[in-house]
Amino acid sequence: MEYQNLFTQVQVVAPPHHGVSIDPYEERERFGTPALIHLFGRLGNAQLGPIYLGGFGIASLFFGVIAFQIMGFNMLASVNWNPIEFVRQLFWLSLDPPLPKHGLSLFMPLNEGGWWMMAGFFLTVSVLLWWARIYRRAVALGMGTHVAWGFLAAIWLYLVLGFIRPIMMGSWSEAVPFGIFSHLDWTAAFSLRYGNLFYNPFHMLSIVFLYGSVLLFAMHGGTILAVSRFGGEREIEQIVDRGTASERAALFWRWTMGFNATMESIHRWAWWFAVLTPLVGGIGILLTGTVVDNWYLWAVKHHVAPAYPYVFGTPLPDPATTGFIPPLPPAIPGK
Amino acid sequence: MAMLSFERKYRVRGGTLVGGDLFDFWVGPFYVGFFGVTTVLFSFLGTALILWGASQGPTWNPWQINIAPPDLSYGLGFAPLLQGGLWQLITVCALGAFLSWALREVEICRKLGMGLHVPYAYLMAVFAYFTLVVIRPVLMGAWHHGFPYGILSHLDWVSNVGYQYLHFHYNPAHMIAVTLFFTTTFALVLHGGLVLSSTNPQKGQFVKTPEHEDTFFRDSIGYSIGTLGIHRLGLFLAVAAVFWSAVCIVISGPFWSRGWPEWWGWWLNLPIWR
Repeated sequence: MEYQNLFTQVQVVAPPHHGVSIDPYEERERFGTPALIHLFGRLGNAQLGPIYLGGFGIASLFFGVIAFQIMGFNMLASVNWNPIEFVRQLFWLSLDPPLPKHGLSLFMPLNEGGWWMMAGFFLTVSVLLWWARIYRRAVALGMGTHVAWGFLAAIWLYLVLGFIRPIMMGSWSEAVPFGIFSHLDWTAAFSLRYGNLFYNPFHMLSIVFLYGSVLLFAMHGGTILAVSRFGGEREIEQIVDRGTASERAALFWRWTMGFNATMESIHRWAWWFAVLTPLVGGIGILLTGTVVDNWYLWAVKHHVAPAYPYVFGTPLPDPATTGFIPPLPPAIPGK
Repeated sequence: MAMLSFERKYRVRGGTLVGGDLFDFWVGPFYVGFFGVTTVLFSFLGTALILWGASQGPTWNPWQINIAPPDLSYGLGFAPLLQGGLWQLITVCALGAFLSWALREVEICRKLGMGLHVPYAYLMAVFAYFTLVVIRPVLMGAWHHGFPYGILSHLDWVSNVGYQYLHFHYNPAHMIAVTLFFTTTFALVLHGGLVLSSTNPQKGQFVKTPEHEDTFFRDSIGYSIGTLGIHRLGLFLAVAAVFWSAVCIVISGPFWSRGWPEWWGWWLNLPIWR
């Protein structure tokens, strides 16, 4: 089988590139001697560094580290400052949002959500500063700001989960905990509480765009690698001056499925699919509990889901609506 | 008609795997080839079976049409058409159509002198489907364990099967798969955005170069993978996401039949903690 271009077999080593010049005053912030890492060169560029830190970068890292430390030390405290138990139980540990009784108040005891408020605040500051940094790095190079706006779509979902929806629900306790298993537990409980998120049309759309993004990247990545023998990876050049790589890439899809993107438009498809994933996902979360209380009943009402028959006899009334108090479980002998 | 300005010079014969020149022609923009014919046959038959199945079902509501797999009692045998036999035939048609489609892509790649990355990536998706409707049901001993063909019904299947293992998010392969799905989407927006930001620069500026792209990413995070590398990374992440999806479902049932949260007990009970 002829060479399929999956990794770089022979690396050409040249002096590292310090980067396109920016404003000399700003360029002082670009630092670090570039290093060539052989393993990186197998897949992509071998060059690591330099990096531009600057005010926004330093501030963002500073607040990010604070948030991370708050989460970590809270988890460590929850295992009685035992470092071995910290490692052992790390996936189970969590920094939880404020207790429901604190509503939307900004101040509460530290161990009843105060630490979570601080971690969330500092993490948000860090993320927003990082956004400003991404935006400014693009402008400094005279480039468009598409990456920053893509990043903003992810920030939107993050803010919906931890800030906007809790405010609309009237309680910080609605927000997501910081922790590996705990955020997964939150997700499952959230879905169950609101009648299964699979029936939420915005969740459906978000999944479509998530899978669609992965499909698009497999299609695009595969196509470009397949025409790399014609220089297909030089996409900017192919966009402004179409070559045989673009033509073959386009014809492959035209002949396969009757439709093709162009070398530029495939990147617009890519950007929109990726951006719409958190964008519509955030809308779906925001509507949950605020506008729609049970997505299954919503879907039945709108003829999306069938009304499933009761297969376990008479339906039980919802205890919350009847004032029904469940009896205590029977005592276990010997306990 | 249906021909791009530069298309004629690429429409040459050759590159077929089967059938020589017999099916080496185009219909409108579509290339046909031997596998184009088999694709059409399988997909026409499969679609017709779905429509006939829908006509025998209770609804024409497109959200609710459902072709269910056989009952558990049929095991790995054949079921009557309306008791899951349709599902079995449709599965055969789907696999036939998917494999034909992959081989047709190979023929088009050969005709255009391209590498075979796309058909191989596509085969990973076919493999994930094959895992869901053949490998896992065979390992579990009944076609019943395949997923039903219907928009809402397949969502219900995913939900129900997930809760059979109490909390599917604790499935380690599911964790890896979801992480890869998110990472692929993240990398896609970075790549799409980067190329668009180079070709649509600030007002009054010339189109930028790959050196600008590298500089943007080195300034931002200290590393730029480069124009070739990002396509390798994207393809790898996407294919890996699908692979781990197949793994996460095939281990649920055949290799682990209890709640997934319980699976993590091995970690908590490692001898190193004593």
